[in-house]
This record gives sequence, C-alpha cells and structure tokens, in this order.
Amino acid sequence: MSLFTAEDGEFHPPSIYEFYPEIVLFEGTPFAINRIMMIRLIVLGVLLVLFWLWTRKFQQSVKTGQLVPGRFQLLGEMALNFVRKSIAHDQLGEKDGDRFLPLLTTIFFMVLGMNITGIIPFANIAGTSVIGIPLVLALAAYVTFIYAGVRRHGVKFFKNSLFPSGVPVYFYTLVTPIEFLSTFILRPVTLALRLLMNMIAGHLLLVLCFSATHFFFFQAEGIFQLFGAGTLLFGFAFTLFEILVAVLQAYVFTLLTTVYIQLALADEH
Amino acid sequence: MLERIFTATAPEGGETPNPLLPADYDIIWSAVIFVILLTFFWFKVLPGFKNMLDERAKAIEGRLAEAEEAQRAAEHRTAAVMAEQEQLRAEASSIREEARSEGAQILAELKEQASKDAERLAESTKSSLVAERDAAARSLQAEIGALAIELASRIVGEKLKDDKVANKVVDDFISELEGKKTK
Repeated sequence: MSLFTAEDGEFHPPSIYEFYPEIVLFEGTPFAINRIMMIRLIVLGVLLVLFWLWTRKFQQSVKTGQLVPGRFQLLGEMALNFVRKSIAHDQLGEKDGDRFLPLLTTIFFMVLGMNITGIIPFANIAGTSVIGIPLVLALAAYVTFIYAGVRRHGVKFFKNSLFPSGVPVYFYTLVTPIEFLSTFILRPVTLALRLLMNMIAGHLLLVLCFSATHFFFFQAEGIFQLFGAGTLLFGFAFTLFEILVAVLQAYVFTLLTTVYIQLALADEH
Repeated sequence: MLERIFTATAPEGGETPNPLLPADYDIIWSAVIFVILLTFFWFKVLPGFKNMLDERAKAIEGRLAEAEEAQRAAEHRTAAVMAEQEQLRAEASSIREEARSEGAQILAELKEQASKDAERLAESTKSSLVAERDAAARSLQAEIGALAIELASRIVGEKLKDDKVANKVVDDFISELEGKKTK
C-alpha cells in the first residue's frame, strides 16, 4: 500500500482507495475477495479456532470434574464473562441477558477481532473499516431490539416508542417525528457509522504517520529527515491508541445494542 | 466532511468510491461471517460455557454441602463424646459415693464386731475368774475340813476333860474360820 509505494520521490497521502484494494479472487461475482475480505476470513478462522479450543477446555473440565481452570481456560472465561456479566447481565438482568447473549457475544468478539487487525502487522487494516460489517451488525442489532420490543409489548411497543406517555397530545406532532427519527433511523445508522468512521480514521492516521515517516527518512534531505523520528513516534502512539479504540468500539457497539434492547424491553419509555 | 477529504485526497481520474455504499461482495462476506459466528457462539460456545458454569456451581454447592455435612457430623461426634464424658463423670462420682458409703458401713460393722469381741472377751475373763475363785474356795474348804479334823483331834486328845473349854475352843476356831472366809 502507500507505505511501500512511495518510491518516486513524492509524498503520497493516504486515499480512499486504501479501502478498495484490488480483487484477487472471484472477480465480478458477489463473492469477490480482496485483501480486506481475506483478512476478515482469516479473523473468522482465528475466532473459530480460539473459541473452539476454549469450548473444548470447558467440556473437558466438565467431563473430568476439574473445577479449577487453567490459565488459558481462565482467559476464555474472562472474555466470555465480560460480555455475559458486565454487559448483558448488568443491563438486561440474568434472564433477558442470557436470551440475547448469543447476539451480544457475536457482536463483541466479531467487532473486536475485525478491529484489531488494524494494528496487526501485515494485515494493517481493520476488517470493520469497510461498511459491510458495521452495516450487517447494526442491522442485526436493529432487528433484534425491534424483535425484543414487539415480543414483549406487541404493537404497543411502537406506540410506546413513538408516543411517549406524559407528553401533551399536541406535542406529538413534534415529538413523534423526532422519536421516530432517533429510534428507528438514527440508532442503526449511528451504530454503523461510529464504528466505520473510527476504523477508517484510525487507518488513515496510521498510514499518514508511517508513509510520512517513510518519506522523511528516504526521500527528504538534510534536516527534514529528523521529522521522520517525530512522525514515527506519532505512528507508534497512534498504534497504541488504535488498540484502545479497537476494544472501546467493540465495547461501545455491544453496550449500545444492549441498551437498545433494554429500552425496548422496558415497560415505560 | 469526510467525503470531501476523500475526494480531495483521491487520485485524479476515475470514480471516487463512496465508503458508505457497500459493495455486494462486502455485504455478502460480512453477512456470511456474521451468520457463521452467530451460529457458532449460539449453539457451540455459549452452551458449553454455560454448562461448564452450571457444573462448577453445582460442584461448588455440592462441596459446600459436603463440608456442612462433615461439620454436622463432627458436631454430633463432639456432642456424643461430651455426653459420654458426662455420663462417665456421673458414674465415677456415683461409684465414689457408693464406695464411701460402703466404707462407712464396713467401718461401722468392724467397730460393732470389735466391741462385741471385747465384750465377749471381758465376759469370758470374768467367768474364768469366777470359776477359778470357786475352785480355790472348794480346795480351801477341803483343806479347812482336814485342818478342823486335825484341831479337833488335838483338842480331844489333850484337853478333853473340860467340856466347857473344849466347846469354847471349837466355837472360837469356827468363828475365826468364818471370819477369814468372809473377809
């Protein structure tokens, strides 16, 4: 990418084409695969293997009656319990929390796994930095919280959401469009865009820092080469920052989904 | 704004892709990955996880119950031991009491026996003394007879002429004997 292509003596800023690498397989079909799709599939494989190993550990510990988990098993328990307890049970209570746990767990680990490739060497781009995954997950969250509301309250769910109680009737002309916009349009849109833009911006920042470093070190002359040290330092700092963002965005996406479900389940709005 | 940045930074020529519009393959692969992961977590990972947690909770509860059971048994045992000790103590004290009363009884019996023995001894001593005195009296009487005969024969032999004198002598002698005897 631009880290390695700036060889003609000009500085190449990162561009939107970062996110549209050339297609390497099945070109022209709906199953076309480019570099980012490949990264996603690799992440899928890693997640499957990792959690399969953890599940096997769990099953073994049940079979052997071994109560004390090993280090590896404990790590898996902590990861799964983070979503289960700190997110699902805290927001929804144990019963509803367990009901929606599969979706929440999937969202959290999928977002986290896809985000973290943004700073993993040789991947260097987040699987979530193209809109597909944010959109699909936001859609899943959207469908789920509407399902939760309709399942609990029937048609009254829409009435509760659009016509909140305690508001004078004539205000509904104002409140209802706002509620409709915020609940049924902005929620999924913000979910998807927040994640997507965070990942795009993070990637662009890192590319900017490192391609500038490359430019300063190899193309600039004299004193300007020293700027490279500064940009390298910035690149390093932003790499650390991107780790934080990757975890934080996974957490935020999952937490917001949970909160939307919780609001849909709540009796009063 | 982001779009403007993209447009500004895009190389010249060619259409600028809109990052908000998904390509078909993008959506399809995202959906495929999501469905695979959801199924995997839903039907494989989470049930295994939950099962493990349940088993662990059960096992921990079981162990707690076991410990409680053990504690109860220990308490029971302690109570039994204490009751036994109490019983033994009571038994010991009753034995002591019995022994004491028995001892007192034995002592009383012995005392009685001893006093009886002493009485009997005194009795027998007294009777033997009486018997000896009788025997001595008897032997003395026999000797007195002989002495009397001897005296009589002497008086008869020498001073038989004076009856009055003879009679007085005899009387004196006898009264003398009588006085000796009663003394």
